[in-house]
Amino acid sequence: MDWGSLHAVLGGVNKHSTSIGKIWLTVLFVFRIMILVVAAEKVWGDEQQDFICNTLQPGCKNVCYDHFFPISHIRLWALQLIFVSTPALLVVMHVAYRRHEKKQQLRNGEKFDIEELKRTRFHIRGPLWWTYTSSIFFRVLFEAVFMYAFYFMYDGYKMPRLLKCSAWPCPNTVDCFVSRPTEKTMFTVFMLVVSAVCMLLNVTELCYLVVKVCVKEPRKTAALK
Amino acid sequence: MNWAGLYAVLSGVNRHSTAIGRIWLSVIFIFRIMVLVVAAESVWGDERSAFTCNTQQPGCNSVCYDHFFPISHVRLWALQLILVTTPALLVAMHVAYQQHQEKKLLLLTGHGDPKHLEEVKKHKMRISGALWWTYVSSVAFRLLFEAAFMYIFYMLYPGYQMVRLVKCEAYPCPNTVDCFISRPTEKTVFTVFMLTASAICIVLNLAELVYLVVRACARRAHHSSNPSSAKSSFYGHKLSSEYKQNEINQLLTEQDGSLKDMLRRNPGLQEKGDRCSAC
Repeated sequence: MDWGSLHAVLGGVNKHSTSIGKIWLTVLFVFRIMILVVAAEKVWGDEQQDFICNTLQPGCKNVCYDHFFPISHIRLWALQLIFVSTPALLVVMHVAYRRHEKKQQLRNGEKFDIEELKRTRFHIRGPLWWTYTSSIFFRVLFEAVFMYAFYFMYDGYKMPRLLKCSAWPCPNTVDCFVSRPTEKTMFTVFMLVVSAVCMLLNVTELCYLVVKVCVKEPRKTAALK
Repeated sequence: MNWAGLYAVLSGVNRHSTAIGRIWLSVIFIFRIMVLVVAAESVWGDERSAFTCNTQQPGCNSVCYDHFFPISHVRLWALQLILVTTPALLVAMHVAYQQHQEKKLLLLTGHGDPKHLEEVKKHKMRISGALWWTYVSSVAFRLLFEAAFMYIFYMLYPGYQMVRLVKCEAYPCPNTVDCFISRPTEKTVFTVFMLTASAICIVLNLAELVYLVVRACARRAHHSSNPSSAKSSFYGHKLSSEYKQNEINQLLTEQDGSLKDMLRRNPGLQEKGDRCSAC
């Protein structure tokens, strides 16, 4: 089970999304997951190996690394991407439930084609609208929470070159040097920007859905009159 | 055979599960297996090479690591996930057996054209009768394995927290030696995460068990208050509406017995000109 399987699972959601939702999914997979897998993982690959402290004291390096990097950027991004893509599964489950209901309805009446039923696209109306909107809301929430977690843990988004550590068993204060700090800062900023773009897309999609419903309602009441 | 292979095998079971069962499967694959593969394995990747002891005594490092980590978290989780997902295969086997029986029945009643045989594969089995017991046993085994592994974790690594420093006195280490573990905080975070996901899965399994029992009791109460309703299986209902043959309905309700006995009890079928090669 890896990112490819997640792509297969979420590909199904694409059919029932709005256009903005489809753009968001593409940005997620191309600019975040793909960049994480092909580039970022290699940049952070030697993070502990090449974290060097100016001391021969055994254990000092381990303790200082653990003190300054409680959870690595790569793992945080992986968790963020998993959490952010999961609300879309609510929509998948709702659509599957609607298909099941439709199948029950049709079964009592005439014959039907299973393949056609699988291919029918459900419009985002009624309960599905609420499910879809909640999934977008949760996406925005998770994105914001993770961005805050990043900011809180790493005091800003810059990777310093030098850290001063005085945790036991390090004698006094020891200089520790981070490997590839500039490259890491670049990738951190890149992932941050893409995360902001995704949040913007989600907020736009939310507004679009709300406006669509508000515009349809007066039109419906006007038509009835 | 890797996690993707397991996913392929279990996706087939998904179709015959309850809704809670499907949610459980998604939680297992996305929040446990996927997190294990993309994140946890790299956190524990350097656990041995970065385990440092404050000594130059050869062998002390190896002995202390082995003493404090008899089996690594990552391997324990992999075993847990394999054992927890395997009871679903019992259900898959039972479903395959039932589909085989239905196909045989179709062939004997003379409706063995490819279209009907394909439909046997595609339709969803109702969880009733013997399949209900198989399904409930598989859920019970899942619960048992989850609980057993959580207990094993607690026994091996009390408190679920990864400490920064362990003091080791095993031979050949001289006296007591300080040993430092790599990435203890990150490991604690992931241990707690996997523990939470495991607890959620236990709750889902319990909910599914309760749902199945309540549904079975409700069905039984409905049947006892309304005895005239047909006890036919899902497939029997479909056939009867298409072919309007009461004999076939009866045949399908007695599907547990041998097929020969079924046809002997219903000579009406043979009168209609169906040749029974199995009789």
